[in-house]
Amino acid sequence: MSLALLADAALVLLVLGLAFWINAASRAFPAVVGYVAFGLLLALAWLRLSAGDVAMTEAAVGSGVTGAVLIAASVRLRSAETEAPPPALPLRLLALLLSGLVTAALAGLVLWTTGPAPSLADQAVQHLPGLGMGNAVTGVLIAYRALDTLLEKVVLLLALMGIWSLAKDRYWGGIPGPSRIQPTNGALILLARLLPPIGIVVAVYILWVGATDPGGAFQGGAILAAMWLLVMLAGLRDAPAISRPWVRLCVTVGPAAFIAVGLTGFALPNGFLSYPDSIAKPLIIAVESVLTLSIAVILGLLVAGPPERQP
Amino acid sequence: MLVGNIATVVLVSLGAVFFLAGTVGLLRFPDSMTRLHALTKADNLGLGLVVLGLLPQVDSVLAALKLVAVWVLTQLAGATVTQLVARAVWRGGGS
Amino acid sequence: MTPATLYGLCSAVLVGAGLYGALVNPQPLRKILALNLLGSGTFLLFGVIARRGAAAGLGGDPVPQAMVITGIVVAFSATALAVALLLRVYQETGRTTLEQPAPKDVV
Repeated sequence: MSLALLADAALVLLVLGLAFWINAASRAFPAVVGYVAFGLLLALAWLRLSAGDVAMTEAAVGSGVTGAVLIAASVRLRSAETEAPPPALPLRLLALLLSGLVTAALAGLVLWTTGPAPSLADQAVQHLPGLGMGNAVTGVLIAYRALDTLLEKVVLLLALMGIWSLAKDRYWGGIPGPSRIQPTNGALILLARLLPPIGIVVAVYILWVGATDPGGAFQGGAILAAMWLLVMLAGLRDAPAISRPWVRLCVTVGPAAFIAVGLTGFALPNGFLSYPDSIAKPLIIAVESVLTLSIAVILGLLVAGPPERQP
Repeated sequence: MLVGNIATVVLVSLGAVFFLAGTVGLLRFPDSMTRLHALTKADNLGLGLVVLGLLPQVDSVLAALKLVAVWVLTQLAGATVTQLVARAVWRGGGS
Repeated sequence: MTPATLYGLCSAVLVGAGLYGALVNPQPLRKILALNLLGSGTFLLFGVIARRGAAAGLGGDPVPQAMVITGIVVAFSATALAVALLLRVYQETGRTTLEQPAPKDVV
């Protein structure tokens, strides 16, 4: 067993130990904190699988932004958390048997299919020079499988509409969050003033290098969203009323630009969502920039939740 | 090159020692304040030494600056989070 | 054993653990957490298959990797919506479980 494999095994044990603990912890808050740590360890696992882009997304969205939503929820539910009885023993054994079977089937699949998997890597790389890109994953996201990415933006928007529609009638169009956070915590205020300028530069950098290296619109957008949330958490700025025109514009402009560029593809031989080779790179950068803005605002508003105050 | 490699091994190992000590402290110390104290050592000195140790291995100034930026940003975030946790413990009166 | 196989086994156990937690845990917030574990396991399996499909000078097949990035963002959207629903149920009923209240609690 090589030293690297030993480190992999240690990482796997840590990930699995945390996963069991997330299920077993007696209260929700520690379980959620465990989930955030789990996501960060999983990002290391993604790096070991040579998937730097996924590792960044897992750390930023899977662990960071998801963790923010779950921590806020577990704190609000903490006082009402009751000791609900688990299901009866036979039912638990049945669940254990079922889960065990699923695990065994997947493990068998992993162990018995060792040969090289069927791969679309060649086709994905083939298109890259025409697009002026070096990062195959960004190329797949924005060109080769652009329809997936477009529909995923629509899913983000739908989730946001779903959350907004949970508002009470009298708060429709109002401000998310139960009350305005007062800026009283000195340390947090300092961080909320120091970090956003750096964070914005980092987000733009990550968007820019996404063309050739790990990075891109999601990762950059998540960092921008984090900066916005930090400013809101410190109480320096209140969340915006969801009826504000700029909020509506920001959340829709990304998908709209994507669709507009996609429709112009009809004028080309390849049809919807294809790019003319001569201006592919500037076009992709433009779409990605607008998408980053939309992703950042949508992620921030998804964390902020439904409106709970009048504007 | 050899000097650089030796420096890397020595500094990263030293950093790992601080991480180990910080983790042992986190597990063994009796209350939240002392545990935070143990954790900041790992964050600060452990990561600092690892970054310092990796500097001879990078091939461009930009990469070196990125490494240093990681350390500085971790310091900033770590110091703030430590403050927040300590304040919550102080207010809550818990340990 | 290759690292990819090791992480493949890890993903299989994660899926099982997530499924068990989602079935057995009575608290909705914990069910959401467990479903996220299940999702993470599934994504990791995609990653393993991508790693085994390494070709064209890349460390892994970029198509499943890009799908996982999309998947992580969609999983977050679903989680945020589920949490908002749960908080709304709590606002309406004052309870955090989906169990029917005992008859004496009904006003």
